[in-house]
Amino acid sequence: MTGDVAAPTVGAGGCHLFSGCGFPAPGLQNFNFKPLFTVGSFNFTKPELVAILCAIIVIAFFWVAFAKPKVIPGRLQNLGELGVVAVRDQILRPSLGRKGDKYLGLLVSLFFFIFLCNLMELIPVIQFPVMSRISFVVPMAATVYVLYLYLGFKNQGAWGYISNMWPRGVPWPVYIILIPVELLRFFVIQPFTLGIRLFANMFAGHLLLSIFMVATWYLLGLSIGLLFAAGSAVMVLFVFLLELLIDVLQAFIFTTLTAVYIASSLEAQH
Amino acid sequence: MSTLAAAATTTLQINFGAVGYGLAAIGPGIGIGLVFGHAIEAMARQPEATGRISLYMWIGFSLTEILALLGLVVPFIFHAS
Repeated sequence: MTGDVAAPTVGAGGCHLFSGCGFPAPGLQNFNFKPLFTVGSFNFTKPELVAILCAIIVIAFFWVAFAKPKVIPGRLQNLGELGVVAVRDQILRPSLGRKGDKYLGLLVSLFFFIFLCNLMELIPVIQFPVMSRISFVVPMAATVYVLYLYLGFKNQGAWGYISNMWPRGVPWPVYIILIPVELLRFFVIQPFTLGIRLFANMFAGHLLLSIFMVATWYLLGLSIGLLFAAGSAVMVLFVFLLELLIDVLQAFIFTTLTAVYIASSLEAQH
Repeated sequence: MSTLAAAATTTLQINFGAVGYGLAAIGPGIGIGLVFGHAIEAMARQPEATGRISLYMWIGFSLTEILALLGLVVPFIFHAS
């Protein structure tokens, strides 16, 4: 590379396809966007636009579906009921049981918002999973964290909740490790991993998809030719299907773990 | 001969991020294999419990997968530039 003083490098932010600097490997720079417009010192970027779009779509869909509910549902209401009942039966009932039905609104909103935001990774023009920026994940994880702590302290009392974090009937030397570990789990590890799981999955998925898509075009530009580019295109298809699975799974897991954490706050675990 | 002796030495550059991910993928690789293997065995022993087993299988998979993905993501987070 010492001879090529004119070629832009990846680190300088100028390396693109077909501009003579080799393979423009997707990295952190693909997750930073130039602002669409700036208000004062607030930059409005594409991820924020996509997040607002997802929120509007989810709100509008459920609003319209349940605006005038009929006993014999029309098409949109049927679809809305399908979604709500699926979340209730697959996510809420296994962890919380019937008396957890008052948390259905939270779980339905979380599931469909996260699912739609994740799906934005695959839709052609948008192609960016909102949750791959940690700033969109942190409020959701923080909401769940504050909620389950509040419910735990409200339902079991301050000392009751904390003392229920470790099981009874264990030989006393084990408590030396068990108590800090359980405190750490409830107060630090659970919210952290809840957020990071979603973030890392979406980050890695977007990175994978970008790598293979850029590689397809890059290999076409070389003299190697069509065969390798076709191989990369097949990988794009596989990663697309994998990401479809991961999108649904991550939304499901986030919502399920929210229900599980709420359930463990509502009644003593041990 | 002197030109050979004066040839430049190249230093080995190791991308520790990639090495870190490779090491981080060992544990979850075994773990996810265990999760799915036991789930398949359980479903084979009792096919009517397939729904419940597959629910826990997906939960276990995502909890294990996060460790491998952290190995992929953390080098980007702590990248110097």
